[in-house]
Amino acid sequence: MPSDRDELIERAKNALQKKGAFGEDFDLKTYSEVSGEIPVFNAPSELPNNIKEAMLKTGVNPSTEGNDGNMLVIDNSIVLNNSNNDGFELMDIRDALKKYDWLKDYSWNAVNVDADKYTAATYLNDSPGYFIRAFAGKKVKLPVQTCIMIGHDISAQTVHNIIIVEEGASIEIISGCTSGSDVDTALHMGISEIYVKKDASLKFTMIHNWAENIGVRPRTGIVVEENGTFINNYVILKKVKSVQTYPTARLVGKGAVAQFNTVAIAQPGAELDLGSRVVLSAPECKAEIISRSITVGGEVINRGTLVGEAKDIKAHLECRGLILGDSGINVAIPELDARVADVEMTHEASLGKVAQDQVEYIMSRGLTEDEAVGMIVRGFLEVGIRGIPEDIKAEIDEAIRQSDLATG
Amino acid sequence: MLEIKDLTVEVGGRKVLNNVSLSVLPGSTSVLFGPNGSGKSTLLSTIMGLGNYKVVKGQILFNDVDITNMPINERARLGIGLMSQRPPNLSGVNLYDIIKVSSHGKVDPEKLASKLNMENFLSRDVNVGFSGGEIKRSELLQLAAQDPCLFMLDEPESGVDLESIERVGTMVHDLISGGKCAGKREESGKSALVITHTGQILDYIEADRGYVLCNGTITCMGNPRELLKDIRTKGYEECIKCRLIEMN
Repeated sequence: MPSDRDELIERAKNALQKKGAFGEDFDLKTYSEVSGEIPVFNAPSELPNNIKEAMLKTGVNPSTEGNDGNMLVIDNSIVLNNSNNDGFELMDIRDALKKYDWLKDYSWNAVNVDADKYTAATYLNDSPGYFIRAFAGKKVKLPVQTCIMIGHDISAQTVHNIIIVEEGASIEIISGCTSGSDVDTALHMGISEIYVKKDASLKFTMIHNWAENIGVRPRTGIVVEENGTFINNYVILKKVKSVQTYPTARLVGKGAVAQFNTVAIAQPGAELDLGSRVVLSAPECKAEIISRSITVGGEVINRGTLVGEAKDIKAHLECRGLILGDSGINVAIPELDARVADVEMTHEASLGKVAQDQVEYIMSRGLTEDEAVGMIVRGFLEVGIRGIPEDIKAEIDEAIRQSDLATG
Repeated sequence: MLEIKDLTVEVGGRKVLNNVSLSVLPGSTSVLFGPNGSGKSTLLSTIMGLGNYKVVKGQILFNDVDITNMPINERARLGIGLMSQRPPNLSGVNLYDIIKVSSHGKVDPEKLASKLNMENFLSRDVNVGFSGGEIKRSELLQLAAQDPCLFMLDEPESGVDLESIERVGTMVHDLISGGKCAGKREESGKSALVITHTGQILDYIEADRGYVLCNGTITCMGNPRELLKDIRTKGYEECIKCRLIEMN
């Protein structure tokens, strides 16, 4: 249960200088708070074309077709919010906190306000964000889309999201994060707190598509109750300055399941410090962390931690990296931590180049070397994102083409 | 179709093939016998152009074109197809995709797979978790899509259980017997160079010529069924002796 507001403010203020545990340290003073009016739209069709294009590149379809709801946040303003399904509600977190007194029990509960300067700044900043609640027993068929965009250069964006999937409900959320075409330098701080109740399920797919000098500091906490399922897909393929993220899922009810899939390409000059952590605190919980990363000149660190705290849990971590080209750093740091007996926890990690025997095998079917490498790289990434929407797969193919990973 | 002249090949600096000469005539099937480690797979890999196999002497001609230093994919385009004995796993690449690219988009993978009763394979990652028999059938399915003129089959019966061997043998038979090769109008049928350890595959295909490879050298040549009979009764020792007599 979070402490009272005054105490949280005090803790956050004291943490404003606290560096993150990993990744480059950003000076918050370098970035300005966003001001100025941003128009509000009633439907995705009203959005300007440049915004629609930016949304599409993060796998978010700027239309009401094929989804059950849309929210667009630009800088620190909600500019679009519509939904057409009675299985869930989608609203600005600030409105939700006013409307529902009980929501304060969930706010800043899965993520601490004083975890580091980024959580502290987000807390102190009356940040916008989405509140999504899937109602008990409701199965929401089409995905809900959210898009978080930075609209102004040299700005700091703070976002606070809460997702609650009530007992027996299921929902899929696609969240795209991006920046406007005239934004080069900015800092994004996004706090997400996710609660998956008993017998509920959430599939959460996040695609990042930033600009060259953008720092990205998401902070995510997930709590999964009895027999709940949480599936997380994270995709980052394009240029960025630095992303450091280390979401933690706590499986607190018997038989809860968490799966993290990560697909990353580290472009030249990028620092990607990507982790996933699952704490299995109740019997018979299961967790799987799968990551597929490629460096084409940047640095990518793949962290993965599995903590077994209860008996009869099963957890596996698989981390594979490719180094394409002569520069670039790819680091795998898998960690297993068992606190009781009767657990089954495994990991496998590998780093290297594209296997020559695979290239030659495909070439022996008549493909050129570049075509063969392209096919293997696409396959390598494919394993990390099985089950993600087709539109996003098309984006990945496009990113591979643009990255010169293959000519095929 | 295929002519190999005085071929000497090194793998990792070690000589594995020594002055090998053999030929496969258009529309005919040659069989390669030999004990483990004699260099049979090395020969097929070298003909395909795989990277670890360094030709230090000799020549490989395919339809009178010197392919000794040609890239793998160009050899495939000319009409050479290889069925590997232990192909690599292609994680994330499914059989549907590789069949599509093997045929350069000319074959509908679903139609082809259904003809060979392999529809259920298409969504699987190539070779990942395949049984011995499934690997062979998947290789043959890919070759059917590729439609080469020269089939190089590396022990098509190895690792296949008795029940599946009939299916694999029939697939090999149908592939080799079917179709005509471009540019060889007067010669009907496909050519094949088949490695066999047990000779089981000979129950399914017509073989015209047999070679025995021992310690990287061709030691005998002749009627494949007679060679197999000799090998079964006398072992490979006789072949080596045969060569020694010839040399003296």
